[in-house]
Amino acid sequence: MAGETRDLKLKIDNVRKVFNTRNGEMIALNGVNLDIYENEFICVVGPSGCGKSTLLNIIAGLTEATSGTVYCNGKAVTGTGTDRGVVFQQYALFPWLTVKKNVMFALEMRGIKGKQAEEDAMKYLAKVQLEKFADHYPKELSGGMKQRVAIARAYAADPEVLLMDEPFGALDAQTRTQLQSELLDTWEKDRKTCFFITHDVDEAIILAQRVIIMSARPGRIKDIVDIDIPYPRTQETKMSPRFLELKNHIWSQVYQEYLEVRK
Amino acid sequence: METKKKKSLASRIPGKVWLVISIAALLVVWYLLSIIPQTARGFPNLVLTVQGLLKMIERGVFWQDISSSLISVFGGYALGFIIALPVAILMAWYVPVRNILNPWIQFVRNIPPLAYVPLIVIVAGVGRRPQIIVITIACFLTMCVTIYQGVVNVDETLIKAARVLGASDKDIFIRVIAPATLPFILTAVRLGASVALTTLIAAESTGAIAGLGMRIRALNQTYDSAPMLAYVIVIGLIGVALDNIIKLLERKLTGWQEKREI
Repeated sequence: MAGETRDLKLKIDNVRKVFNTRNGEMIALNGVNLDIYENEFICVVGPSGCGKSTLLNIIAGLTEATSGTVYCNGKAVTGTGTDRGVVFQQYALFPWLTVKKNVMFALEMRGIKGKQAEEDAMKYLAKVQLEKFADHYPKELSGGMKQRVAIARAYAADPEVLLMDEPFGALDAQTRTQLQSELLDTWEKDRKTCFFITHDVDEAIILAQRVIIMSARPGRIKDIVDIDIPYPRTQETKMSPRFLELKNHIWSQVYQEYLEVRK
Repeated sequence: METKKKKSLASRIPGKVWLVISIAALLVVWYLLSIIPQTARGFPNLVLTVQGLLKMIERGVFWQDISSSLISVFGGYALGFIIALPVAILMAWYVPVRNILNPWIQFVRNIPPLAYVPLIVIVAGVGRRPQIIVITIACFLTMCVTIYQGVVNVDETLIKAARVLGASDKDIFIRVIAPATLPFILTAVRLGASVALTTLIAAESTGAIAGLGMRIRALNQTYDSAPMLAYVIVIGLIGVALDNIIKLLERKLTGWQEKREI
């Protein structure tokens, strides 16, 4: 693919995570290894409880691994850092701030203040077509709009890697499709390294260059599938024979894991 | 059909008109109470009650009573808040503080203030001091519990979101926890105002020389029900006024909330 380099961006090195629960130890992740390259779009699919979100939290520095290390640009991750931005499923907008001020929060944390922050915030809002809602409060927005603001805020922090934790999981099918297209457009332009968690196999294939399939608890990487469908991808891509073939392949593996969970 | 029609009519009447209707209905009930022999002695009619109030103003005690009560109420209320805010935050953050203080608060909260008033008088003597202490205790207990709930219930995801955007602990406290807790603080402020007033009678049973609560008890000696009722109504009006001022503040400061508390 043109413009793609093979610089290693994230290295997940033998990550293991054990939670101490009332019923004893629960192994959430067991020996996860993965290399993610600059400009790559990675999607992770797997049954609920397979530790996908835990893995994302460890990469973000919000959770500590029991053993193993995550490297970002070759440096071991020890906590949160602005090189890694996160988009949460629950939007996580500050309800007491207007849309614009939510985006400005990210800018101010980077040391951009006042007028400059306001102007920049409007630019980021323009990217998600929400300039008109700059002075609205989150409660006045639909779910899709809230997530657009959250994406704009994540971009405003100017991270090198975008970590997205089922960002469209709470949205209706139509809005979800629309946000997928918007995200694809943005990514095709800036090729920001993206680590995207979903339980929706269609979503994973339409977005990603590589789909990581995780096994049921304890979470391990079961398979990595290269999505050899060229960009630009559109919603019509979902009708193509190759898409359906890949979907079949991935879905059957994920389904096995669902059955595993039900046992 | 009929009830449906009625309902739609009721929902078309604006809130302010309903308030007028409610007050009018209350006046009717009051009037009925004043003419029913069994209740008439305790509920003199509107005219007699106003006359009772005027009599107290003429005697020169009414303004003295109201200012004395307001000083106690605001003094105790303010002190209660000033203590409750840091204690609630410490309880939310430090498990030992929470585990030691919480049982105390739950224990004392269920004791009517009137019960421990004599003990406070023994320690603090009579006059302004015990009044303020009693109201402070009552306000502290209510406000501390409410603010604590607020700090504990701050959405974890918001803190995470701030952290990944590069916020320091100080940023998180000032820019996330403080605003997220504000609605609970304002609720605490409102509940505290109500508690301060309801504790007034107990507070003023500490040998006060003036005060709305003290006067009602004094008038009780002579069964002078008109000024008593007038004073009861005044306490109620102060409560409604305080409540509305705080509600206005809430709307101004926390209008961003998804759910409005009633």
